[in-house]
Amino acid sequence: MENNGNSIAIRVDDLSFHYGDKNVLQHVTMEIKKGSFLGLVGPNGSGKSTLIKCILGLQKPQQGQVYLFGEKVNKFNDWDKIGYVSQKANSFNTAFPATAFEVVSMGLFGKVGLFRFLKPSDKKKVWDALKSVNMDKSAHQNIGELSGGQQQRIFIARALVSDPELLILDEPTVGVDTESTESFYKMLKDLHHDNNMTLVLVTHDVGVMTSYVTDVACLNKQVHFHGNTKEFEESSSDKMSAFYGHHVHVLHHDHEQK
Amino acid sequence: MPFLKYEFLQNAFLTGIMVGLLAPVLGVFIVVRRQALIADALSHITLAGIAANLLLGKWSSFFAAANPIYLGMAFSVGGAIFIEQLRKVYKHYEELAIPIIMSAGIGLSVIFISMADGFNTDLFNYLFGSIIAVKKSDVWTVFAILIVVLLFVFFMYKELFVLSFDEEQGKLSGIRSSWILVAFMAITALVIAASMKIVGILLVSALMTLPVAASIRIAKGFKQAIWLSVLFGEIAVISGMFLSYYLDLASGGTIVLCLVVILCLSILYKKFTGSRKVGHL
Repeated sequence: MENNGNSIAIRVDDLSFHYGDKNVLQHVTMEIKKGSFLGLVGPNGSGKSTLIKCILGLQKPQQGQVYLFGEKVNKFNDWDKIGYVSQKANSFNTAFPATAFEVVSMGLFGKVGLFRFLKPSDKKKVWDALKSVNMDKSAHQNIGELSGGQQQRIFIARALVSDPELLILDEPTVGVDTESTESFYKMLKDLHHDNNMTLVLVTHDVGVMTSYVTDVACLNKQVHFHGNTKEFEESSSDKMSAFYGHHVHVLHHDHEQK
Repeated sequence: MPFLKYEFLQNAFLTGIMVGLLAPVLGVFIVVRRQALIADALSHITLAGIAANLLLGKWSSFFAAANPIYLGMAFSVGGAIFIEQLRKVYKHYEELAIPIIMSAGIGLSVIFISMADGFNTDLFNYLFGSIIAVKKSDVWTVFAILIVVLLFVFFMYKELFVLSFDEEQGKLSGIRSSWILVAFMAITALVIAASMKIVGILLVSALMTLPVAASIRIAKGFKQAIWLSVLFGEIAVISGMFLSYYLDLASGGTIVLCLVVILCLSILYKKFTGSRKVGHL
């Protein structure tokens, strides 16, 4: 390993993953620097979510290794350094009887530990996290009563409450309307800017995303591009398209044909 | 109170109050994990244990003297552990574990019962619940289970809450989900075995799920859902036992019907206090 290991938040080393004989990820190698805001893009079925699950140790790759803050993922223990927001809008039980406050407080459970309870200082952290996503007024509403965008803010707050150094968001804006998506991205940018947090945002919505992130990685089973936003825009500008959104399409087709 | 002057009624009353607390507390976690039918599967495997005890009692004085609730508990806990294993085997058909255990339980029960020359009143009491069949030893057994369950839920509340809401987050919080879930299932099995004297095997799942079904209609938050479930469970158990005694009906039936009334009231209450969904963002 290089001696710059301290500045790397996530290192993925020659990672391959397959379900049965279906290849999902092939020889993925990438480094995500501390303090960067990475947009991880790729078409549906490109293995983005699988890569994230491997990074978080929720899936075990058949080959390769993931390092979090220099530590192998299966040895990694500082999970409160990492916040994760999954594609909750589609999957969680919206009838679950839990208030926004209770959901956010879950983010602290790892830190608090077994057989222990939330202290008043922990409760204050929950309030702070709710305020940071502008949801403190809905603290005592059930999560199912909130709109999709509001629910997603609650899940962000849950990821933020333990003061993570790294925040990973897997398609957080699925099922959220465009207007809230924009304000959502702006909130992420502020978080990145104000707290020097490392962010990884998984999305297929490339157009808007590039104006907020610092780096872009394109994934379709393999890493096809990984660089800063400027390089990304230059690499696609030679595709000679007037519309940024159209660019993106061209890029996707390229990936799929390989 | 004339109701409580007999010792057997005191036993039934004490056991009922404990069961009315235990079953809904665990039921909240079971219902939100969408495993409401697990109680049914476990109660039927408990029946197999009780039938086995009745059968063995024909041949062995040890089993004849033993309280069948213990062998019922052993079967129930075994079944609970087996369900968790089956869920791993059928990863994509997790719910299959429930009918498998349930039919195995009924099959075993039927065989044991027919070998023991059919039904007797004892068995009938286990099936439908009977407040006159509760022994002093049942009261102490249920009390021991009450202590175990309350300690478990009190100290593992955070973990159970996260694992019920989403297991992924639980894993990311460093919670070792597997042993907690197995322990939870084992405890559920104990509570089911403990509840059956009062509500009966066929109706024990009602006491675990109906109070919860009523409470999640109106509760704000998870803790409130637990408290309301317990409140509804206790109201149903106490009023059901009074009705059972004064009208001379099987207690399981009167308790469950009280639960159904509470459930209907909570649904109506929700209807008249307006819809809970907030439309705008």
